[in-house]
Amino acid sequence: MTTDSVINFVDAVAVYNGYPALAGVTLSVARNEIVLLQGPNGAGKSTLLRACAGLMPVIRGTANVLGFDLTIDRESVRERVGLLGHQNGLFGDLTIAENISFWSTVVGASVQEQTSAMERMAIDGKLANRRVSELSAGQKRRCALACLVVRRAELWLLDEPHAGLDAMGRDEIDRIVKEAAASGATVVVASHEIERAQQLATRTVSLVAGQVRDSL
Amino acid sequence: MSMSVSRIARAVAAKDLRIELRSRVVSNQVLPFSGLVMIMFAFALDNDDVLQRVAGGLVWLATLFSLFILVQRTFAVETYDGALDSLRVAGVNPQGIFVGKSVALFVQLLVLESVLFLAAIVLYRVNVDGSGIVLLVTCVLCATAGLAFVGTLYGGLTAGARGRETLLPLLLLPVVAPVLICATRATESALRSGGVTVGEGWPWVGVLAVFAAVFGLGGLLSFGSLIEE
Repeated sequence: MTTDSVINFVDAVAVYNGYPALAGVTLSVARNEIVLLQGPNGAGKSTLLRACAGLMPVIRGTANVLGFDLTIDRESVRERVGLLGHQNGLFGDLTIAENISFWSTVVGASVQEQTSAMERMAIDGKLANRRVSELSAGQKRRCALACLVVRRAELWLLDEPHAGLDAMGRDEIDRIVKEAAASGATVVVASHEIERAQQLATRTVSLVAGQVRDSL
Repeated sequence: MSMSVSRIARAVAAKDLRIELRSRVVSNQVLPFSGLVMIMFAFALDNDDVLQRVAGGLVWLATLFSLFILVQRTFAVETYDGALDSLRVAGVNPQGIFVGKSVALFVQLLVLESVLFLAAIVLYRVNVDGSGIVLLVTCVLCATAGLAFVGTLYGGLTAGARGRETLLPLLLLPVVAPVLICATRATESALRSGGVTVGEGWPWVGVLAVFAAVFGLGGLLSFGSLIEE
């Protein structure tokens, strides 16, 4: 593990529904990298992201994220990690502004940080006051990413961030990911949009049957 | 940065109540449902003396039926788009989530019970005097706190489970049986149903207060583990 490693997994094993979804993963991700995780369905991409977020226990091997040993303590790392899974984690009956305000309050972000996150995601006054249930898939994704920004996540874990978005929405996601990396975050993206994600990523890691096959 | 339990609780409670005000599930679905239950009881029993005698029990039964809907609704809001997962990933203190959701449920139950007691006065022609009012209000506050704590606790337990819609009543009903019994006895005393006095109701309120304290403390200590995978 280098001193600048954000993620350091060695032979990490995690079990999901009795099945070894991670069957000895060895992976190191350096600070400020944008890493693309690719692989077929069931390869363990989502499980790896959830394990990095401290949501899934690693039962064997070494698993360090941002200096925290996940085999001992999965909770401490959570405040510094942002996971955007297949769902957005938003409240449909609240407006974008209310969602971001809620997340700001529960994580202790200032009003300035809240405003800055909305500006970064190009969420203006009119859009901010629309209910999430009335938004397009791309707008919901932007709102969810704004919530990650107010949380000041150092490690962004994005699971199929382009799914369900049109070309413009996908371009926006790419812009946001690049901005996050430029501002000091490390990003791991699991995606089936290989060509697009490869253009975005600094490195591609292939997962097959719960193991890293190659890292280019 | 770790936030205080009270700040998280206030944010969660405000969020839940705002969602309810927007979606109007309580006013458009739960209140009419519980009102219908009260009317059906009136038709089924069809006797003023019997209705006055059992009014307290009927109000609390209708409250319990509505509790299942409210608890499922309050956790559906969290699980529909993965917000509960996001709260866990963000490391938000689960005690704050527990308290906040309990407070929001408490407020919604209080609104519901107020309407149900009004319905009992109109439909069943029950009366309550000054000393009875104090007992009744204390009973309602203690019973509602107990129901809110236990509802939030079991709602969190079943939030990620398959078949949670049927599992929740199955698990929750036996646990809230003491609230039904104690609140009914205390309410009968407050309404002086069947010749009981107001003084006889206070010990039942004591049990309700203990029930609320036990499940409040239990929830604070265990809610984090319950919502973990």
